[in-house]
Amino acid sequence: MGMGTFVNLTVNGLSTGMMIFLLASGLSLIFGLMGVLNFAHGSLFMLGGYTGVVVFAHSGSFILALVSAMLVGLLVGWVVERLTVRRVYGNAIAQILVTTGVMIVLNELVKAVFGPDIIATPVPPLLAGSWAIGSVILIKYRLFTLAVGLVVAVAVHLLLTKTRLGMVVRAGVENPEMVQALGINIRQVFSLVFAFGAALAALGGVMMAPAVGAVNPDMGLQNQMLAFIVVVIGGMGSFLGSALGSILVGLAGAYTAWFLPEASLAVNVLLMAVVLLLRPNGLFGMGGE
Amino acid sequence: MILELKQVKTHIGQFRILQDITFAVPEGKVTVILGRNGAGKTTTLRSIMGLTPPTEGEILLDGKRIEGLPPHVIARKGVGFVPEDQAVFSALTVNENLRLAMRGRDQSAEERLTFVLDVFPDLKEKLSRKGGGLSGGQKQMLAIGRALVRDNRVLLVDEPSKGLAPIMVEKLARALRVIKDQTTVVLVEQNFALASAVGERYVIIDDGHTVREGILCELEQDRELLRRYLGISPANGERGRAG
Repeated sequence: MGMGTFVNLTVNGLSTGMMIFLLASGLSLIFGLMGVLNFAHGSLFMLGGYTGVVVFAHSGSFILALVSAMLVGLLVGWVVERLTVRRVYGNAIAQILVTTGVMIVLNELVKAVFGPDIIATPVPPLLAGSWAIGSVILIKYRLFTLAVGLVVAVAVHLLLTKTRLGMVVRAGVENPEMVQALGINIRQVFSLVFAFGAALAALGGVMMAPAVGAVNPDMGLQNQMLAFIVVVIGGMGSFLGSALGSILVGLAGAYTAWFLPEASLAVNVLLMAVVLLLRPNGLFGMGGE
Repeated sequence: MILELKQVKTHIGQFRILQDITFAVPEGKVTVILGRNGAGKTTTLRSIMGLTPPTEGEILLDGKRIEGLPPHVIARKGVGFVPEDQAVFSALTVNENLRLAMRGRDQSAEERLTFVLDVFPDLKEKLSRKGGGLSGGQKQMLAIGRALVRDNRVLLVDEPSKGLAPIMVEKLARALRVIKDQTTVVLVEQNFALASAVGERYVIIDDGHTVREGILCELEQDRELLRRYLGISPANGERGRAG
């Protein structure tokens, strides 16, 4: 592998990692704060992808597509939490059943409206093409997703560490009951985090669509698998863990895909197994530090 | 009476933990709840706080019913809670733990924070340290301090001396004496020496029932009651641990 290929694979891996991070960070926060393993989270990623396709087709603005996808994710996430998830807090089996049900409903709704086939999603003209620096070819869209992912990661990190809301969320991840005993309405925080996590997932979906060139109803499920791996590697409820886990998963997938494409998912499962053996709570999970 | 419990019954799952808890807490006093392990003391505090809501009976704060309200609403009405395991947020700094509990950022909130740091000077030196990095005694101080930065009218404190070294128990006793001038305290405590040092009234709970309440200094003379419900014999009475 030459230096050019190595740099390209690294950029691609980091870029994919950032999009998975947008999906995984919400999943991790929702699990950490509410104890809910949200099987519908990938569907919100998929919904973001389709929202982006529709808005971009009608407006030609990719920025508008990004914002619209996030708003749809926020709204659908809020409704899902209020109507379904809220009723099953504390009941893990019911949560799995309910969120799986929501996943099926959202996927079937999308199939009913858009059909089961893939829809091609070209890269927006402004972000199409690449820059060549010697043997290194930097794909503009990949750099864009990397930049957006980094900006979102830093913004969410600041939100979690520098604001009162972030303080409540971090405390709630540790002990939601005690947060309530301090006079804070944790249910409101649950709704907010669930909706916010859904918005991040939808943003991941709309950014992933041009990167892979298409949307399809199963894209959520496919990427949700990676997000679960990231959450386990990073540690449930850890935002920093999600970020690091996503980068590891993205890079491992990219490098393996170069040498042995069939093994690119398997290597991530292997990575997860190794982390679990060494640190059962994940890299930054509670009790694992 | 600032707080009253009337025939409170509480279930956890299918088990009835509290069967008939009835007592009253006078304002400005320290009321100690005593009883053997498993008698229902912690569940009583959790029921008042709404964390394990009662299935029957009434809990009145200033004459108004609070049972059935969510814990955050009960907390906003002025009930503070220091749980047995302290529940300090280990990923938050000492400063963040305290500020999380503060209601508003007015001058009185800052004054209460100053008061807490005066009562617990150990915390002042460790404001930027993570809660998880504190010793057991420091965590206990932080847990109590966190409840005090709110302008609570009643403070529910569950076994603050549990697992603490004697020197920390002495510090705790000094702090509780200062605190009782600020707020009404309901204290669950198995260390009878600490309970009698800071308490004024007592309630004995046994097998989910209130069996006796009264003035603590009178209880100290009643060796038969101490032996029967708290397992304290005359030989170990002063430093004995009930149950």
